[in-house]
Amino acid sequence: MNSNAPSSSSGGPGSADSSAPRRNSKRPKYSKFTQQELPACKPILTPGWVISAFLLVSIVFIPIGVASLFASRDVVEIIDRYETDCIPLASRNDKVRYIQSPGDKTCNRTLTVPKNMKQPIYVYYQLDNFYQNHRRYVKSRSDEQLKKLNSESDVSACKPEDYVNGSAIVPCGLIAWSLFNDTYGFSRNNQQLTVNKKGISWKSDRDHKFGKNVYPKNFQSGILIGGAQLNSSIPLSEQEDLIVWMRTAALPTFRKLYGKIEVDLQANDVIQLTLGNNYNTYSFNGKKKLVLSTTSWLGGKNDFLGIAYLTVGGLCFFLAIAFTIVYLVKPRRLGDPSYLSWNRNPGGH
Amino acid sequence: MARGRIRAKLRRSSLYTFRCVQPDAAEAEAPHEFQGPGYSRLVHCNQPSLHRKKPLKYCSNYISTTKYNIITFIPKAIFEQFRRVANLYFLLTAILSLTPVSPFSPVSMIAPLAFVVGLSMAKEALEDWRRFVQDMKVNMRKAGVHKGDGVFGHKPWMKLRVGDVVKVEKDQFFPADLLLLSSSYEDGICYVETMNLDGETNLKVKRALEVTLPLDDDVTFKDFTGTVKCEDPNPNLYTFVGNLEYDRQIYPLDPSQILLRDSKLRNTTYVYGVVIFTGHDSKVLQNATESPSKRSRIEKQTDKIIYILFSILVLISLISSTGFAVKSKFQVPDWWYLKPEEPSSIFNPEKSALTGFFHLITALILYGYLIPISLYVSIEVVKVLQAMFINQDIHMYDEETGTPAQARTSNLNEELGQVDTILSDKTGTLTCNQMNFLKCSIAGTAYGMRASEIELAAEEQMAIDLDGQDPEISSNPIHRNSAHGSWENRKSGSGASEIELETVITSKYEKDQKPMIKGFGFEDSRLMNGNWLKEPNSGAILLFFRILALCHTAIPELNEETGSFNYEAESPDEGAFLVAAREFGFEFCKRTQSSIFVRERYTAPEKPIEREFKILNLLDFTSKRKRMSVIVQNEDGEILLLCKGADSIIFDRLSKNGRMFEEATTKHLNEYGEVGLRTLALAYKKLEETEYSAWNNEFIKARTSINGNREAMLERLSDMMERELILVGATAVEDKLQKGVPQCIDKLAQAGLKIWVLTGDKMETAINIGFACSLLRQGMKQICITMNTDTLAQDSKEAVKEYVLMQITKASQMIKLEKDPHAAFALIIDGKTLTHALEDDMKHQFLNLAVDCSSVICCRVSPKQKALVTRLVKEGTGKVTLAIGDGANDVGMIQEADIGVGISGVEGMQAVMASDFAIAQFRFLERLLVVHGHWCYKRIAQMICYFFYKNIAFGLTLFYFEAFAAFSGQSVYDDWYMLLFNVILTSLPVISLGVFEQDVSSEICLQFPALYQQGPKNLFFDWYRIFGWMGNGLYSSLIIFFLNIIIFYDQAFRAGGQTADMAAVGTTMFTCIIWTVNCQIALTMSHFTWIQHLFVWGSITTWYLFLLLYGMMSPIYSGNAYQILIEALAPAPIYWSTTLLVTIACNLPYLAHISFQRSFNPMDHHLIQEIKYYKKDVEDRHMWTRERSKARQETKIGFTARVDAKIRQLRGRMQKKHLLGGPAVVMSPS
Repeated sequence: MNSNAPSSSSGGPGSADSSAPRRNSKRPKYSKFTQQELPACKPILTPGWVISAFLLVSIVFIPIGVASLFASRDVVEIIDRYETDCIPLASRNDKVRYIQSPGDKTCNRTLTVPKNMKQPIYVYYQLDNFYQNHRRYVKSRSDEQLKKLNSESDVSACKPEDYVNGSAIVPCGLIAWSLFNDTYGFSRNNQQLTVNKKGISWKSDRDHKFGKNVYPKNFQSGILIGGAQLNSSIPLSEQEDLIVWMRTAALPTFRKLYGKIEVDLQANDVIQLTLGNNYNTYSFNGKKKLVLSTTSWLGGKNDFLGIAYLTVGGLCFFLAIAFTIVYLVKPRRLGDPSYLSWNRNPGGH
Repeated sequence: MARGRIRAKLRRSSLYTFRCVQPDAAEAEAPHEFQGPGYSRLVHCNQPSLHRKKPLKYCSNYISTTKYNIITFIPKAIFEQFRRVANLYFLLTAILSLTPVSPFSPVSMIAPLAFVVGLSMAKEALEDWRRFVQDMKVNMRKAGVHKGDGVFGHKPWMKLRVGDVVKVEKDQFFPADLLLLSSSYEDGICYVETMNLDGETNLKVKRALEVTLPLDDDVTFKDFTGTVKCEDPNPNLYTFVGNLEYDRQIYPLDPSQILLRDSKLRNTTYVYGVVIFTGHDSKVLQNATESPSKRSRIEKQTDKIIYILFSILVLISLISSTGFAVKSKFQVPDWWYLKPEEPSSIFNPEKSALTGFFHLITALILYGYLIPISLYVSIEVVKVLQAMFINQDIHMYDEETGTPAQARTSNLNEELGQVDTILSDKTGTLTCNQMNFLKCSIAGTAYGMRASEIELAAEEQMAIDLDGQDPEISSNPIHRNSAHGSWENRKSGSGASEIELETVITSKYEKDQKPMIKGFGFEDSRLMNGNWLKEPNSGAILLFFRILALCHTAIPELNEETGSFNYEAESPDEGAFLVAAREFGFEFCKRTQSSIFVRERYTAPEKPIEREFKILNLLDFTSKRKRMSVIVQNEDGEILLLCKGADSIIFDRLSKNGRMFEEATTKHLNEYGEVGLRTLALAYKKLEETEYSAWNNEFIKARTSINGNREAMLERLSDMMERELILVGATAVEDKLQKGVPQCIDKLAQAGLKIWVLTGDKMETAINIGFACSLLRQGMKQICITMNTDTLAQDSKEAVKEYVLMQITKASQMIKLEKDPHAAFALIIDGKTLTHALEDDMKHQFLNLAVDCSSVICCRVSPKQKALVTRLVKEGTGKVTLAIGDGANDVGMIQEADIGVGISGVEGMQAVMASDFAIAQFRFLERLLVVHGHWCYKRIAQMICYFFYKNIAFGLTLFYFEAFAAFSGQSVYDDWYMLLFNVILTSLPVISLGVFEQDVSSEICLQFPALYQQGPKNLFFDWYRIFGWMGNGLYSSLIIFFLNIIIFYDQAFRAGGQTADMAAVGTTMFTCIIWTVNCQIALTMSHFTWIQHLFVWGSITTWYLFLLLYGMMSPIYSGNAYQILIEALAPAPIYWSTTLLVTIACNLPYLAHISFQRSFNPMDHHLIQEIKYYKKDVEDRHMWTRERSKARQETKIGFTARVDAKIRQLRGRMQKKHLLGGPAVVMSPS
């Protein structure tokens, strides 16, 4: 092109104003961030790191596992399955009718304490094949109503257990309706063991979730009676059985606290159990169990946690050993350029 | 009247334009006959007000390239958004979430979708706004318009109407398609640069009709009226049919009267024209095609993964719904606590099939976490940020033009890391399209001291490569010892060579900064300042300079500021010759119809003598003739034929006594060619008066003959004349490569990329550039596929095709039979041949051949062919192609290629507008690909893999839980947990992975180009890896779910005897997930800045913080999660120990896997990380440089390959000597 091209080529309307200041404004500003040069730590997995990491895990995990196992071993547990035994022999062909028929369904059982049990001894009932986690069931409650006096009619979520004869049920919903109603009474050597039913629920539930001035209303007054009745003169915040029950369980097999026995039990003590077998699990072949259990710092009897810790710890130890052996047998000098791909296959230049 | 006569005379002559081989324009033309559809346009010249009403109301000159306007934006953009299948799916789930079928609250489904769609729409809006601003800039440009009564005033472009008379001044763009009426030249010609239309930089001549010539003043337009009838708007740039009715007469119009919008007036002071097509009717806008939206390979592969996941989703949903239906039918009627006797629409044991169907929808929504909506958001965000880094990269900022790199679309960032073939334009991309007269050889003596850029660059490269060079020697056991020895010797010298290198570079820059005359890089005191008179061959030198000054077709133009002349030449070479002649003291200053005036100032520099040379004939340059000549008569009456042309052509035509300097000149020409200079040979011959007049008579006769073989006759006559020449010398012109081009090509070649050059240039030029860029070298076997000129004319198409096919097969066989592993082939093909080679039945053979060759150069290709070649490579090899170009002629290929890169900063914006990335210089391509491409590829690949892992690990736990919840659609987690999982709790770490991860630093990427191959080989996103990550996700989900379930099964989880309810189990499980996926990403990352630390560990902290805050909200909102952390979980040791156990157990296999892989099968970047980590690169500099030089793909192009070839050649010779001379010779790689 001709030699005045540069002057003319920058011409043309619109581009004439491309003067120096505008140019400079287009220049990216230098900063470590925009240039992707921020200081960074670039850890790399050296054999040392790998082996020490595995060793560290095993060193931490194995003691935890052992401690967990010990804790679990200290827990004493008595489990009594009673759903069949508590049906009179005559009714065993049609358990459902038996349980649905009115009348006294008391059942007496004896339990033997295998080992010394320190107080507090927790009393649980355990249900099986009971889907408290079914979506229809879980949704069927109204937290609003449980908490506030004037939200009584907030029962939209509670279907189909929302109204009876046109007035709202408190507490509404399937969960409350199906409240567990077996009762347990314990005695040792003909001496009553008190079951403390206070403080079995979360404090926050009692204080904030269940209203102190909300009383049961129209509860279990429909045609179908689900589970337990509630004393309509006691506010919901003190109905601890209900509060525990309302915490739906995650799995179809679950335990819930019934109460606490606050005396120590000795090994080989024989405990008389007076059981009101009222709850219908027979329709769906659910088991019912009574559980007496002490706890450790970890909670109930739980061998699995300890075993899992030991397994993982052991595996890490094995890996650490394996890597060590491998490094001793076939060491690779770190950063050895002969492993670079272009050195490994000489064909690739 | 007198004036008119002069004009007529001028017109008959061939002033300014060279038409001795063209027919005279005097042939009378009849007006075009046309009617009917397609030719309905009627333009009333100078009466724009007549165009206010239909049907003459044409579109305004307002242009808009925006997709939306304010009103259409919302509906159109929303429609665009929901055309994406994924979004449609999410929309569907969001709508369904409004029904009771949904397991989640509607907000949790609608909010993320609104966010995603909103974000994409905002991006759209921003892009559209930018387009609008750009349009307005164009629309607001000012043009001089006739306002009536002969007064012209300025108006913005968009206000122009059809029929307006406009005046366009020099170097302005035409605001619309105009009919040329007159120009500042008396004969109504004007010069137009059509760079923006077709990428051609040479000027085109447009010519006004004779009748309109008098309209050359503002005042004359006072009463001017006329009517144009012409074709309707169409996209053909080179055709135009119309008639002008003026003074009650009808004149035909053809394309040479039409000035197209966006081309530029050059070399002409002003023109007047009538607006014919405005705005979107103009040809250039009719040509504009909407750029296709491109998607990267990773994105396409991601789609496949999504399909797989969708199948899994449907499968598990089917399992769930079947399970639900079966349970509902057989078991649920007994579950009195659900009151089955009072069914609802979605829970009806009586109609289990219907319930099952409803449940299918529920399940599809519930497990929707497998296909995360957030994946799209995150990828979008990450890509925008990556693009920002590309835009901000200071190393890709061009100081000269002030343009930074620009990622115009962020969709293709990761594709940059997978490029296999680069298709490059030549002019403006590889070269500056600026010729530099650098050397010459006159009468067998070589002049010119300055080294060409290629020489300099080669030197530089040699310096680098010899330092720690020679992989072959080291791999060759025989020579290993000697090689080692020499390395040790050089150890101390490696620093020195770098210093040397620096001086080479700095000295080069200094030279560049010297005020230099454009086009003239010659430096030799023997010829400058009249010193040539003292040279022995001063006569030949004089002749040489005269040929330079006379044998051309250029027009001089006085630059008023400097007082010197500039030249408007058809080719940049010619311009360089004239500048050179001027500098030597032969200033071409004036051209008239018959003479050229040259100011010669060699005798007395102060007082130049103006000599007149009569131009008797001019034999034009054509690509077929490859030469041009002028026949001049000087003031003494001597008649000379001056000729310049391709050396081979000239040498064939020398007379016996004209071959005096042939040998020396040939030698020089070879040297010049080798360093990448374009050469031409110059020759002359003296003619006798009689001899000339005899020939001239013949010539005139031939010219005026009207029969068909006029061309052939003229050809034969020219040929007759251009014989028996006497060689004077040769010129060497440097087609200036852009800065850093050879180095960049070398690096790209080392990174394993194939480079094809597609150029509209002549074959010779292309080959020269090929040499200059080291795409070609001596010793490379060139396969030229061309069409024999003889066969062209008479043979049928089939025969020609046959011929081309034969050449291709022959070449393929030759390559197959080649035994030497180092043999390199170059394929050179021209446009005409390419038309045949690109036909369906032959293209695959052609492609196979091309793929086997190390370099491919296609010359004389049209824009369309560029696009076709690109498509062929893209579809034929199935690999990623990148096209780079600067001109409008590259638009097709830029749009066709997987990635289009435009060179910005130069004038034409078409290429940039069509491109996906715009860079200012070719050399930035290296950084764009090798650094940003590499990073982005790895980042996106890792990010997507991780994303799937994360969502599988999370989503499947939902499914497992269903099996324990009677498939009822209940989730174990709180709705809020799930909502926040993708939105807050795990999004930032993965974005930081996608934005900040660096496996190696940018310097190392550049130093080890071989690392780039990880992308094209797709090492980080192959199915093996994807399934690995999915498997990892599956494993994690199993561990997380079952460990938690077993631990929290039925036992008390606290010393207080409380058993875990669903909230406690769900929260613990979720804690485990948060820890697991965040630790996993920490293991995946190799580069932690404070940002990564903040995000990864911050996410985990956020989770606890959220839990705390959520637990503090009223139980009406938080439900069973009320105070869950403080009261229930935090005091329980089992909560913490479960978290620890699950986190470690989930990450253990991955840790073991990467440790194992690193120990036994380390990848290149692992080793380099180690070397860097132990600072071995500093301690053992020598090893570092050696590995750097080895870290490249086998390549046969680029400097390095050139140097290698040279060394091989040397060694070959050495070995021969060795054999002959005994074993005493010690090899040295240098």
